[in-house]
This record gives sequence, C-alpha cells and structure tokens, in this order.
Amino acid sequence: MIIRTDRDGFVHSRSSEITPRHAYLGRRQWLAGLAAAGVAWASRDAWAQASPARPGKLAALPGKMSSVAGATTVEKPTSYEDATSYNNFYEFGTDKSDPLQYAGKLRTRPWTVEVEGLVNKPGRFDLDALLKLAPMEERLYRLRCVEGWSMVLPWQGYSLAELIKRVEPQGSAKYVEFVTLADRQQMPGLRANVLEWPYVEGLRLDEAQHPLTLLAFGLYGEVLPNQNGAPVRLVVPWKYGFKSGKSLVKIRFVEKEPRTSWNLAAPQEYGFFSNVNPQVAHPRWSQATERRIGEGGGLFAKRRPTLMFNGYEAQVGQLYAGMDLRKFY
Amino acid sequence: MGSARTPEGARTALPAGRWLNRAAVQRALLHPLAKPLVFAVWLLPFAWLFWAAAADRLGANPAEALIRSLGDWTLRALVLVLLVTPLRVTLSWPALARFRRMLGLFVFFYATLHWLAYAWFDMGFDWAEVVADIPKRPFILVGTLAWLLLLALAATSFNRAIRALGAPRWQALHRLVYAVAALAVLHFFWMRAGKHDFNEVAVYAVLFAALLGWRAWRRWGAPQGRGVSSRI
Repeated sequence: MIIRTDRDGFVHSRSSEITPRHAYLGRRQWLAGLAAAGVAWASRDAWAQASPARPGKLAALPGKMSSVAGATTVEKPTSYEDATSYNNFYEFGTDKSDPLQYAGKLRTRPWTVEVEGLVNKPGRFDLDALLKLAPMEERLYRLRCVEGWSMVLPWQGYSLAELIKRVEPQGSAKYVEFVTLADRQQMPGLRANVLEWPYVEGLRLDEAQHPLTLLAFGLYGEVLPNQNGAPVRLVVPWKYGFKSGKSLVKIRFVEKEPRTSWNLAAPQEYGFFSNVNPQVAHPRWSQATERRIGEGGGLFAKRRPTLMFNGYEAQVGQLYAGMDLRKFY
Repeated sequence: MGSARTPEGARTALPAGRWLNRAAVQRALLHPLAKPLVFAVWLLPFAWLFWAAAADRLGANPAEALIRSLGDWTLRALVLVLLVTPLRVTLSWPALARFRRMLGLFVFFYATLHWLAYAWFDMGFDWAEVVADIPKRPFILVGTLAWLLLLALAATSFNRAIRALGAPRWQALHRLVYAVAALAVLHFFWMRAGKHDFNEVAVYAVLFAALLGWRAWRRWGAPQGRGVSSRI
C-alpha cells in the first residue's frame, strides 16, 4: 500500500533531504544496528556501520566526505554485492547479471577522455591526470532507475564542474554530450542492436555544472568495478540512472541538444531531461513508487514512494523553474 | 522422425530407432510411473523457486526474479502442452494424450503463481494499486486476460465437465488455449519492449507460430481424407 502524504517530496520540497520517517523506522535491523553500536549521528557513522570500508578487492580510492549540499544522504547504502551484481550496462548484455559476467574483460588502462567542442582549452585527459584534477570526495547518492528500482550508493569522485571550469566553455556552449566506450572486442552486448552505439547521453550546461553532477572514479572506497562503469563515469543523482553514462571516452560541448541513445530509440518514452518525477508516468508504467534494492524484508518489502527529483529538489529544483515538466520529461 | 514412420514392428537397425520405436514409446508412456514422474518433474521449478525465495537466493531484486521466473515457466509449460498433439499425431504416439491435461494444469498452476507473485510482491495485494496499474501497463491486462481464459479451461478440465459440456463444445472451449498462446506472446513482447530486447520473445513467437501453424495446416492445408482434423 502506498500512503500518500505530504512527505512525498513534491508537495513539501524542503523535506526531500530527509529520509521518510516511516521508511527509517521501518528498517528495524538497521535501527537495531545503530542502537547497538551506540551511534546516533548521521551518514558517516551510519555508513561505517552498514558496510566495511572496502568490501571489494579492487584498488583503494579514498575520498574526503563531500561538503556539497545534498551529497551525503542519511540512508543505508545498498550492499556491495547487490550494487555490483544487479546492473544495467547494455554494452555487456541486457540482463542485469550480464555486466558482472562479461565486464571483467574490459581494459580500463590506459584510458583517456577527450574533451572537445566549444571550449577554449580542449584536450585529451589521461585517467591519471583526471584522478588528480580535483580532490576526491565521498558522496552517498540515491540512484533511481527508470525501471522502478533504486539503490543508495557511496561514490568517489568530484563535481564535473571542476573539469568544466578548467576547459573554459565558450559562450555558445549550451549542452554537454557524453560519449561512452563502444568496443566490440571487449563488449559482447554491442552485437545486439538494442540501441545505437556508442551510447550517448547529454545534459544542459547548467545541469552539467551543478555541484551534484559527479564525475565518479570509485565506489565503496575502491576504484569503480568494471560493471559499474569503470574507470570513469557520470552520476547525476536527480535523473533516472540511464542519464549517467558509464566508461566515458568523450565529453563534447555543443550548441544544440545532443541526440541521446534512449531518446533516439524511443522518444515518447525517454525524454532528454528524464528527471526523476513521480508525477510523470512512463508511458508503460507508473513512476510513483520504487523498489529499494536490498531493503529489509526482501521479497515482502513494500515499494516506497518516489521523490520529486529523486529527493534532490531543494538542490536542483531551480534549474527547471518555469518549465513544464510534463512536456520536458 | 523418419524411423518413427516405419510400419509397426519393423525395427530399424539404427540404435536411435529403438528409442522412437512406437511400441516401446507406447509402453513407456503407459507405464504406471510415467504420470507421477512428469508430475514430479514439473513441480521441480516450483520447489526450486520456493527454496530460493526462502533462502534469499533470488538475487538483488527477489520479487522481480520470482515473478519473471514464474512467467518463464508458464511459457515453457504452454509450449509443451501445445506440443502434445503434434507429437502424438506425427509420431503416432497415442498415449501421449494422457499427459495433456496434467501439462495444461501446470500451465494454469504457474500462471496463477505468476499472477499472485505480481499482486503480492509487486503490488502488496493493494487492489486499488493493481487497478491503477493496469491501464499504465497494458501488458498486465493482457496477461490477466490470458490467465482468466486459463481459469475457464482449468475449471472445465475434469471428466464430468467434459461430459456435461459434450465433447464438441468442450473441444471448442478448449481451443481457447490458442488465444492464450497469442496473448502470452503479446504480454511477453510488451513487457520486453521496455528493454528493446526481443530475442527471447522471438523464440516463443516462432515456437507458438509453428505449433499453431501445424494445426492450421492440418485443418485447412493438408491433403483431405485422412480423417484426423478432428483430433487437432
């Protein structure tokens, strides 16, 4: 049952940063864990409780807790196992289990990201240069998939704005296009014509410059697992997950709205903006609720209400002031 | 298949021929343990899913995994039940007919669990939510319609129902299974449309097209005078 109350986010935008009380109290295990440890204070301790510092076996990539508003949600992170075994990464296949199974072959070094288009300082950035471009931050973001499920993920990275600032966009640059790797040798999913390859995504320049827009290099304190978009990806937490391109190879500053892969495949279903919005349904399913992966109760866990802009309305709402979000879905 | 068409009793020299020897097949199909064996085999997916659900072995999204797996098994059982008559007729294995009702009821069994898993684990048995969900997701309406047809078939699957309806009417009613196959493929197609991934849908579409096409051919396209059309 979905209880519609003023806590749903859209009505009371300011409460969007607060985990719904019923959801918080409902997680008894979590609460018990907290109480047992005698830890009361928000995300840092909560996080340390929930998952060991480095649950995987990849190289460590530490980061300082981010001070960007909204960047450290007070929610229980998804388990490492779920976050690395239940992925959409069509270049490796359309099944959720395909990326884990097939992404192991992906070579993430050497890696360069080309920054081109309407900027004063275009260039090819080596991964090592990108890693040192700005201080690494730790951010705990909600991830809402357009399919109706969600996770809470601890990323390492820095605001994309740091890179944008350095390449100096020209006045005519209105959009940023993100091109991801499409290598048939390494990515078996490219044999299927489910989408146009390479996978292309895009943001308006002001969206790309928003401090919450993250250029991510790590997950759970380690470098990104291949199936999660190694070695460098985008994370735009207020948009449906497919807007956040994985394994980026090119960032292009352009004047016109980029032709993005899902928008090309089904324009009436996947708009350019694709902001998380519980009030605008996908043509074939409702977006009002979501299933939080790994939430207590497993099979019997209730779906939870989806929040406007995925709960980041306080931070990003002004980007869309005056826009009809039904038209620009 | 060629060796199966050899006349009764004319054993072929090929070892594979022995397996398709009609008398041997007939004996195996009529064996008292044949039906319990098929029954047990078709309960295995259910047993496995039940165990996996209880042991939290269904992955990151157990509700989705369970609902989809039950749907897959419904489709598989549907292919099998529609395969009974073509195999029975083309290979001359009359005893295969014994299994048709049980397999048909397994289609209903898995379809029912599939629907219940959706209503329970996806919708939390909130009927207002289910009703609101249906116009948003027409594939659910299509699937529900297919399940209602299966319900009608399952409800008239016992001998007294056949006698009460009379064979011709009963048979006409049970041809609704062809509509179920069409609806099931549409349901699957629509559901996979979100993923742009139609490979598996195509496999089932081809299988059902072949199974229904064979029946159409027997009825309208085959040389007349063999008196088998009523057996389809």
